[in-house]
Amino acid sequence: MVPSTSAVALPVAAAVAAGLVGSFAVLRRMTLASDALSHVALPGIGIALLLNANPVLGGVTALLVGAVLIWRLEHRTRIPTEAIVGVVFSAALAVGSMLTSGEELLEALFGTEKAPGQAETLISLGLAALIVGFVLRARHRLLLMLVSSDLARTAGVKVARLDLTYLLAFALTVALGLRYLGILLMGSLIIIPAATARHITRSLDAMLAVAAGLAVVATVVGTLGAGVLHLPRGPLIITVAAGFFAVGVLIRRAD
Amino acid sequence: MSRTPLPNTASAGKAAPIARAVANVLETDRLGVRLGRRQIITDLSLAVPEGAALAIIGPNASGKTVFFRALIGALPHTGTIRWAPGVRIGYVPQKLDLERDLPITGLDLLRAKARVTGAGDADLRRAMDLVSLGGVVARQPIGTLSGGQFQRLLLGFALMGRPTVLLCDEPTAGVDEPGEEHLYAMLHRLQQDEHLTVLLISHELNLIYRYATAVLCLSLSRRACFGSPLEVLTPERLQEMYGAPMLYHRHDGPLD
Repeated sequence: MVPSTSAVALPVAAAVAAGLVGSFAVLRRMTLASDALSHVALPGIGIALLLNANPVLGGVTALLVGAVLIWRLEHRTRIPTEAIVGVVFSAALAVGSMLTSGEELLEALFGTEKAPGQAETLISLGLAALIVGFVLRARHRLLLMLVSSDLARTAGVKVARLDLTYLLAFALTVALGLRYLGILLMGSLIIIPAATARHITRSLDAMLAVAAGLAVVATVVGTLGAGVLHLPRGPLIITVAAGFFAVGVLIRRAD
Repeated sequence: MSRTPLPNTASAGKAAPIARAVANVLETDRLGVRLGRRQIITDLSLAVPEGAALAIIGPNASGKTVFFRALIGALPHTGTIRWAPGVRIGYVPQKLDLERDLPITGLDLLRAKARVTGAGDADLRRAMDLVSLGGVVARQPIGTLSGGQFQRLLLGFALMGRPTVLLCDEPTAGVDEPGEEHLYAMLHRLQQDEHLTVLLISHELNLIYRYATAVLCLSLSRRACFGSPLEVLTPERLQEMYGAPMLYHRHDGPLD
């Protein structure tokens, strides 16, 4: 079965956002941290289900709160971000899995085939455009910040504010994939294409373009392939993305 | 505790101006910086006149980089830091810890600063010329540059936006000995040509003696001392500061 254009539009928009946001997550060496951050959506989804509210809304709220929490801990304490995220958000996964159960837990972790409503699709497309616009506009400031926060500061970048905005953009990107990829796999779509692009490119603009492109191709191939092969869409998308990574490693070796 | 906003750089906020009409670009008054439980800098008061070449020396962990980071507003402090109105700061940080395969070229870094500060491509090219950084080198990923090339890139980065004050934190870290001489000579030439005030952290006492007009010595146990190279760079004082005799070749005074 071939999916409709509207069913592909949202995953493609989310994939572009994932590639761009993921590039800076990989460059900032927050790969593990960003994967763990996506787990914070789970308790939000669990609480929303308990309250009979929209689970995606619960996940988004939890992600935004999580992003602000990371930012505050990072700027108020001297504990490394990796440690903060590792502890707090692994705990979130544990709590979330107690609040969510059975099929709902599987859907939250790995996504669902259920199509989103029109309002959710439009809002998500708007959010994706916002995230893409932010990363493209802020890429020079983000670059300076990742090379050295002091260099960025002397160039006039408001480092703490930019860091918070980036974390919020990251949280919203995870939220975009909650329905079709789930918490675990959206974290992977953010990281794997960006990690592949980092491996095979030599400049920032090239990395951003390749990361977004690979995320989109993996999403389209995975979505179409899932219909043809009768396989679950999310895991197939991530398998394709991981395949690109393996090819990228081989290309680099041959270089 | 307060953070000093950066002075009126190409895009940074304004600092508290120095009230009286003096030719000092920087004044600190009872400056104190604490990191965690440790007081790193205590009651540091100094004035840096326009055009000076101030060398900051001291053993490891004596607070040299902390001092610079307080000056650029990256660390909270007590006391006051006053930059003269109109001061624009260029900052060359200590050697950065970057991965070799980072897909960021030197040109990416310079362009990023140009876009963020609103500097034009002409300013970018001028900065590259000033530090003799060719296009081929600038197009390489920054992790693959040699120590000297990378430090020249950072110096070029600092010179974009036409700074009036240059803060250099061990600009020769990771550079071989001939490269060190070359970099210091370049810094000295830039200071003359661009009419810069230079604040420089270094362990190279010979070169400090040759180029500095004033020296600030920070110590782990004693109060900071501040004065001309002749006053500060005495064998007795250096032994007190570093805990061991320091050997260096002493010239008659700073070169022009």
